[in-house]
Amino acid sequence: MSTALAAGVLAAGGVFLILRAELLRAILGFMLLGHAVNLVFLASGGLHRRAAPLLDRHDPQAASDPLPQAFVLTAVVITFGITVLLLAVLRASRTPSGPPPGTEGTGGTEGTEGTEGTEDTDAPDAGGRPAAPGHGRGPAG
Amino acid sequence: MMTEVLLALPVALPLLAAGPAAALPRYPAARRGLPLAVTAAVLATGLALLAETADGSVHTVRMGDWRAGIAISFAADAFGALLLCTLSFLVLLCLCYAAATGDDREPVFAPLVLVLSAGVYGVLLTADLFNLFVLVEVALAPSYVLLTMGGGGSPRNTAGRIYITVSLLASTLFLCGVALLYGVTGSVQLGALAGAAADSPATAAAGAVVLLALGVKAAVVPVHGWLPRSYPHASPAVTALLSGLLTKAGLFALFRLYAVVYGGDRDYLWLLLAAAWLSMVTGVLGALGEREIRPILVFDMVSQTGFVLLGLALFTADSLTAAVFYLVQYVLVNTALLMCSGAVELTRGTDHLDRIGGLARREPLLTTVFVTAALSLAGLPPLSGFVAKLALLRAAALADHWVTVGVTVTVSLLTLLAMLRIWTAGFAGPPATPEPDDTLGPPGPFRHRHGQEHGRGHGRGHGSGRGGPERDRAPAGGRSARPAVPPPGLGASAHSPAPVLGPGAGMVRSPIRPGLLLPAAVLTVCSLLLGTVAAEPLLDIAETAAGHLVDPARWTEAVTAS
Repeated sequence: MSTALAAGVLAAGGVFLILRAELLRAILGFMLLGHAVNLVFLASGGLHRRAAPLLDRHDPQAASDPLPQAFVLTAVVITFGITVLLLAVLRASRTPSGPPPGTEGTGGTEGTEGTEGTEDTDAPDAGGRPAAPGHGRGPAG
Repeated sequence: MMTEVLLALPVALPLLAAGPAAALPRYPAARRGLPLAVTAAVLATGLALLAETADGSVHTVRMGDWRAGIAISFAADAFGALLLCTLSFLVLLCLCYAAATGDDREPVFAPLVLVLSAGVYGVLLTADLFNLFVLVEVALAPSYVLLTMGGGGSPRNTAGRIYITVSLLASTLFLCGVALLYGVTGSVQLGALAGAAADSPATAAAGAVVLLALGVKAAVVPVHGWLPRSYPHASPAVTALLSGLLTKAGLFALFRLYAVVYGGDRDYLWLLLAAAWLSMVTGVLGALGEREIRPILVFDMVSQTGFVLLGLALFTADSLTAAVFYLVQYVLVNTALLMCSGAVELTRGTDHLDRIGGLARREPLLTTVFVTAALSLAGLPPLSGFVAKLALLRAAALADHWVTVGVTVTVSLLTLLAMLRIWTAGFAGPPATPEPDDTLGPPGPFRHRHGQEHGRGHGRGHGSGRGGPERDRAPAGGRSARPAVPPPGLGASAHSPAPVLGPGAGMVRSPIRPGLLLPAAVLTVCSLLLGTVAAEPLLDIAETAAGHLVDPARWTEAVTAS
């Protein structure tokens, strides 16, 4: 029950964020949605059996199902990769001249992205700002 | 033993080659040759598998020889092998096309295409739902990069955002569906799931989530919106490649899943039928509303997807045979058309119907190839599209679906109309400018192009963003990062593009290079062959393939046998 609630709340939050115009929010939404699906996966293996499914140490009836855990692990890796790619796309669409993402240090720029993201929320984002030359807004300020 | 190795090769070879391909960006010959060689090897593998499965047998392999149920298992039947041949052939031609357009100069192009194709081949062979998800992701991740490749702050980035977010949402949905199916049935092996959804509504509901996700990937109508917004903005070679591979892989998975997990349950067929009708009608109407060649073709893909889906929705042996035949021939024809439009776009700088014109007089080869392929798409007699549509109509008539027959004929006529629009405006019409420059030498083309640039400065932002000037784009292979909009002070000065055009001005209106048209010509010849002498053999194989869909018992037995 609590798992279902948690998955539901995560999914609701994720859908809400995805429906926002700003890409950064959509990315965060996808993260939440991914977590929701992972919970559903774990629940699908049965949550009442929690013993480690190792060798003969436990009764198979009490051991947890290892398959959903393997699935979740795979899904987490894939979601992570795509999230990073989405962040790169976000960054590329912010830079007018469009240098390949990651050419500058990544540590500092993400903070900039974040603040910019909040600024942009009023802008109607019906399909990306094409960042025309002379727009006057660069990512580095 | 031999077949087992053959089954692993289509996925293993491209994946193994992707690494070296990424490490060899400096050697153009190797960079170009490696993907070609690998894809040719996959094509040979596909042909060998097709020869083995043409009698209706199913071959399986369990990786590492684990027990069935634990092992990662691959299975090949006639359907999978046939599509494996078709799609690897398509990848081969797309690679040739990319070499002609210069897209493969991008160092990441070759490895990405290899990974993408490995994922798609895997989708055709896998016998496990979770592996299906993983392989779809393997195919999608490179497509995200390919689609946005070479673009800065251009509309391509926007297209990439739409594409990636929608795909990601569909993938999440897919995963959720797999989780629900596992929760309900306790297995993700397609063999173990056989007929499960026909027996229990809960399984059917869980499977519906997966089917919906696959519907998004295949661009079936209620969830097709991403396709016309993203594909036309990629570079032409990438559009040809992606449209040939990805949506078709989604369709294949839809067919397989509905046949195996639902056992072709008749209770839900009306839903598929409605989706098929909607796709056919919406797609063709969208195509009629566009004014550029590539968007027309991309919108028409939605309509054609509806035709293929129709075969599944009727779910008789005849209709499935027709659908398999339709799928194979339409992939070839559609890619040929997209390659032609890409050739026009790359040579003229635009594929807007108002800005090209009189192509028929200047480009005899292009005209022949395009018109043949377009007529095949519309379904005219000596070509493969006719056989496919006839088979589909016959199946619908035999199933007493007369409304479907009516919709099919109407949509075919509308498709013909859409193709005729391209013909009248782009090929038959007079050249786009008032100057009679077709009688002049090189200066004429230059002047024409000049006028075009001038016009574009004032023109819609969309058109100018999509079709950047060819000169800018040539070195990188990708579309240029949005041609500079002239500052207000200068107006749309006709002089600003002149320095760019100057050195190669004579080349701008030079005829389309044969290299750009050769792959499309090969595909069109295939369409002609499939409409005439090769129609019978392909229909035979399609019938065998449909047999596995109508009665998946043989397939499931082979997959679950230990």
